[in-house]
Amino acid sequence: MAVRFYQVGSFAVGNRLASPADRTIQSEGGRSNSLTSGHRACQGCGEALGARYALDAAMRATGGQMVAVNATGCLEVFSTPYPETSWQIPLLHSLFGNAPAVATGVAAALRVKGRSETRVIGQAGDGGTVDIGFGCLSGMFERNDDVLFICYDNEAYMNTGVQRSGATPPAARTATTQAVGPHPGNSFGQGKNMPVLAMAHGIPYVATATVADLHDLEAKVTRAMSIRGSRYIHILVPCPLGWASASSDTVRIARLATQTGFFPVFEAEHGEVTGVTTIRRPAPVTEYLRLQGRFSHLFDRAGNPAQPEVLDALQAMADENIRRYGLLEATDEVPS
Amino acid sequence: MTEKPFAITLEVGSSLANKTGNWRTERPVYVDRLPPCNDACPAGENIQQWLYLAEDGSYEAAWREIMRVNPFPAVMGRACFHPCQTACNRAAIDEAVGINAIECFLGDRALEEGWLPDQVAPPTGRRVLVVGSGPGGMTAAYHLRLLGHEVVVYESSPLPGGMMRYGIPSYRLPRDVVAAEIERIVALGVDIECGRPVDDLETALAGGGFDAAFLAVGAQRGRHADIPAGDSARILDAVALLRNAGDGQDAGGASLGRRVVVYGGGDTAMDAARTARRMGAEEAVVVYRRTQGRMPANTDEVTDAIDEGVRLKWLSTIARDEGGTLTIERMELDESGFPRPTGEFEELSADTLVLALGQESDLSLLRSMPDLRPMDGLVPVGPDLMSAHPGVFAGGDMVAGARTLTDAIGHGKKGARAIDAWLDGRSQVIPPRHRLASPADLNTWYFADAPKSVRPRLDAARRASNFDEVVGGLDEATALYEARRCLSCGNCFQCDNCFGVCPDNAVRKVDKAHGYSFDYDFCKGCGLCVQECPCGAIEMVPEEI
Repeated sequence: MAVRFYQVGSFAVGNRLASPADRTIQSEGGRSNSLTSGHRACQGCGEALGARYALDAAMRATGGQMVAVNATGCLEVFSTPYPETSWQIPLLHSLFGNAPAVATGVAAALRVKGRSETRVIGQAGDGGTVDIGFGCLSGMFERNDDVLFICYDNEAYMNTGVQRSGATPPAARTATTQAVGPHPGNSFGQGKNMPVLAMAHGIPYVATATVADLHDLEAKVTRAMSIRGSRYIHILVPCPLGWASASSDTVRIARLATQTGFFPVFEAEHGEVTGVTTIRRPAPVTEYLRLQGRFSHLFDRAGNPAQPEVLDALQAMADENIRRYGLLEATDEVPS
Repeated sequence: MTEKPFAITLEVGSSLANKTGNWRTERPVYVDRLPPCNDACPAGENIQQWLYLAEDGSYEAAWREIMRVNPFPAVMGRACFHPCQTACNRAAIDEAVGINAIECFLGDRALEEGWLPDQVAPPTGRRVLVVGSGPGGMTAAYHLRLLGHEVVVYESSPLPGGMMRYGIPSYRLPRDVVAAEIERIVALGVDIECGRPVDDLETALAGGGFDAAFLAVGAQRGRHADIPAGDSARILDAVALLRNAGDGQDAGGASLGRRVVVYGGGDTAMDAARTARRMGAEEAVVVYRRTQGRMPANTDEVTDAIDEGVRLKWLSTIARDEGGTLTIERMELDESGFPRPTGEFEELSADTLVLALGQESDLSLLRSMPDLRPMDGLVPVGPDLMSAHPGVFAGGDMVAGARTLTDAIGHGKKGARAIDAWLDGRSQVIPPRHRLASPADLNTWYFADAPKSVRPRLDAARRASNFDEVVGGLDEATALYEARRCLSCGNCFQCDNCFGVCPDNAVRKVDKAHGYSFDYDFCKGCGLCVQECPCGAIEMVPEEI
């Protein structure tokens, strides 16, 4: 009998009622745990979660035939304090800025040795991707090297003390964009939209994802591993330390980033958007911002808006995303 | 010469050596919270648990879970006013889960498949008398019998079932369903003696050699109002009307006439009015002294009655019945919502007046037992339902409390357990209730949007002339879908969310029956699992530091 409604639909990690194929890789007792316990990430770290989600999916897609190149950054520092490692996959640690170039080299070496079935993943935080590693990454995209590059975007240089990066959103307080003066926090009109920049290179596959939608994230990594050439996945990973949010709210905040339209979730092939994840429970950006201490200067002590013009500008950014990607267009959601 | 790779002076180790659990100031623990449906069920069913079992098609296991409490799933799947659905947390998302319809499906499936209750325990050698074979009495008999006691039921009517047979109209509760579920209890070895009223309890107890008794005589006598009536006035009792309809007779020998007025605003009034329509009355008017919103009758029943052409006349009392014509006084509500007379009168023609003003119990069987003196027409009992007379317990409509079938079943179960403990000389240990699972405990994001499935209903036009069942059952696919709408409030249903969202891999799968456990060596206490648990089955507790 075909009752394809499993109580938690397709949103939870797993479900005893769903067929194994409809559950996530993370629901399996035998998942790779590419990043295992004992790492030194903060409580509720979104990056540790996002890295395990993505790499376990890649391990599954490649049958364990893969190697990762990791730029310097939080992910590297908290996972490999000498002589311990939390990685249960082959991993090379590059410099901060050259992970895409090293990944390119690894792919070339494997090709020369006739081992092209072993796939290469490059990964970095937003600093290593958007700022310091951008030149190497752009070159990698231009050459269409056979690497999946994953950016775990926590929107600032968290490891070194929460300095602003090119991925820091406007108005956010960081160590270098303090909430003082007439325009507190990070400036408007600056920063880089990395997924769109990647699309502009015309590479085979670009996608965004968050730690709040595991089914979507795993599907995108799996899709990316089925393609040869340069691929880019940009994963939003909330940072309780840098965002000054509760450690238990990491997934909730990522979810609100998508439901407010602040972070559009989509995929693109050869520069064209081919799919978007539409908003299921629309919410104003204030619901997203209010949970984060880095935006607390936009609210008074009671949580009411204190800087309405700044909030309006942030809402306008979200509205623009909603318009550009059609995030509120009706889809036929079939309970499954 | 070192054996180690280039530039390495220490052996490579795993971070598993680094027990990050010592960062923790709070720890997550798995809890079971009380789902609001279970909390609201007067019978005390573990509804969340039997829905959980039904969700993967384990219908027999689900039915057995109901039978641990309630031996009448098919009856209650029809006649219960389902306070569980009123309490259901799903209503905050879309609509409450159709629990009652699923119970009906399971009850019917059990009758079709011939599933039988659990084994009877070895004989205890104790004999228990049950007075009355209604829902309370038969539930007590069922549980006492399963516990190994010898049970005899004395029933004054010619057939067993009490209000299930003689009170609730058959369009709500078909008689073959009642008979089948009673037969299943009888088959356990319960002895029902019908047509055997108990005139004097003391004699009955002594004469039958009983060690204890459970009284559930119900409330069979209609209350009367002092309405001045002419000689030709035809006044009937709603209880008698329903009883005769249940017996398959007409309204006590004569026709009800063309116009029937029912006086009262409770469920019995609705049943009487709807029954009168089915017995040929062209018009049935319910006269009630307060407003429709204040009627004690179940809203669904009122809606059904209106659909069937029953008219409601509220803010009215009946002052006189001249025979053919009633004098009605208009009422108004005072500030406290209490009706008061206005002195304005009007007339309403009526061939028959049916009084549905509440019922009371016939407690004459207690005459010779001075320690069992009724108070306000009820038998005083303690929390364990034992009366002042040791070994005599009572439940259902004859004791204080809500008067529904479901409450009676709850009393039957509770009374049986209390009798068993009393016979054994044990004091009952009642475990403390879990904390209630509130909507705030849930993370509703994870539940797919799924509106309630609707039970088929007989067209109103096809109802008025017969006693066919009005509300139909669900087919299997619909019942399964409906069961899966359960949010499993406060109880793990193994969605793997905690296992997935832990950034530290500190959640372990135990096995299918036990779900998960935390690895406190590595759990940093971030609380993500608590926040992302759909059903609120994890909570954070402070570490002792």
